[in-house]
Amino acid sequence: MKYLDEYRDQRIARALASEIVQRTTRPWVLMEICGGQTHTIMRYGLDELLPRGIELVHGPGCPVCVTPLETVDKAIELALRPDVILVSYGDMLRVPGSRSDLLRAKAQGADVRIAYSPTEAVKIARSNPDRKVVFLAIGFETTAPANAMAAWQAKREGLTNFSMLVSHVLVPPAIRALMVSQTNRVQGFIAPGHVCTVVGCKDYEGLIRDFRIPIVVGGFEPVDILEAVLMLVRQLEAGEAKLENQYVRSVSYQGNLPAQQIMAEVFEVADQKWRGIGSIPQSGLRLREDYSAYDANRIFDLGELTVDEPAECISAQVLQGLKKPTDCPAFGMRCTPENPLGAPMVSTEGACAAYYHYRRHAVAT
Amino acid sequence: MRAARVQFGGIVRQVSLSFVPEAGLGDYVMVHVGFAISRVDSLEAERTYKLLEEMGALEPELPPAEE
Ligand code: SF4
Repeated sequence: MKYLDEYRDQRIARALASEIVQRTTRPWVLMEICGGQTHTIMRYGLDELLPRGIELVHGPGCPVCVTPLETVDKAIELALRPDVILVSYGDMLRVPGSRSDLLRAKAQGADVRIAYSPTEAVKIARSNPDRKVVFLAIGFETTAPANAMAAWQAKREGLTNFSMLVSHVLVPPAIRALMVSQTNRVQGFIAPGHVCTVVGCKDYEGLIRDFRIPIVVGGFEPVDILEAVLMLVRQLEAGEAKLENQYVRSVSYQGNLPAQQIMAEVFEVADQKWRGIGSIPQSGLRLREDYSAYDANRIFDLGELTVDEPAECISAQVLQGLKKPTDCPAFGMRCTPENPLGAPMVSTEGACAAYYHYRRHAVAT
Repeated sequence: MRAARVQFGGIVRQVSLSFVPEAGLGDYVMVHVGFAISRVDSLEAERTYKLLEEMGALEPELPPAEE
């Protein structure tokens, strides 16, 4: 496909990789935030093209993985009510809650429907006026404008049977949390190109100022990622720390203004819990007061239970780049995409799933 | 809500142009959950493409059609 094949071209990838080899004189630890980028790295074996000294650690940017366990449990509880239709993005269905998952609820008779776009959830509400339609609105900044649009549309149409169970996370506060952590090893970040397509690059300036760390906004194809690594290595070797944009074909400094506008109209910034990581101040979005009539948390009487992850799952460390999926004793044995113990094994953007699909040969069994 | 038909490889999908009102016929757009979030800057995207095209390494492709 145009604008895709060329970013997957092996010759360009190799040329970039050899330039990285030449530029690297010391070891560097770099983190790609986005799970989509992790997927590309594993799928194309990009880490194997890099010099030994360059370590890529994988970040928390998998929306499905960081959606709190409690939210999954609430979605299941709602789905099992006979008057509810629960609408979700497809990759949430197999994410384990504390006792079950949405797919199993569906097998038990719950009306769970998969939507490709939030507008489909609104459409389902429109055509089922006698049912309560709850949309599981999860994601990063990339998905927030589309999810906001669903609430905005429902309000404009005066739909009374539509609501959203919201779990929205933001990237810059997560980078800040990683940087202030005692265990941080990351020396440079590849910022997620699709998030920045929506919100622009300005929020990253503050991180560079506060932590003197290079950040390069990167795309999702192999050539994008290798180019972003090269840009980071150049900065690090030169002792620089600045914001650079590798993904210029999609990302502008100010981002997408109409998308930001609808986000701000519907959502406000709030403290947010990240599955596996814990609560991070001001790192999420919730529905504004004006939209409280569309907030499933307010409409339904849902318990606020705190539940624990299975003790075996080390997704907390995986999501913070402290451990690799292959360090997990359950990886590929008791935890597989067919029988996931933790969320990172479910989503295509989850690091454990990426390692399972593309790197299983590396773990001797 | 302004919408367009966008071709993804072989599949054609209905996509909202609410956030990219300036997009028009033949444009390349970045799409996320049914919404276009940016218009791909063709000059930037073609930087690498041009090089390869000159070498005859790429197949031509049809641009997306709008309704
Ligand atoms: S392999 Fe499975 S159990 Fe281990 S960290 Fe990943 S998701 Fe959790």
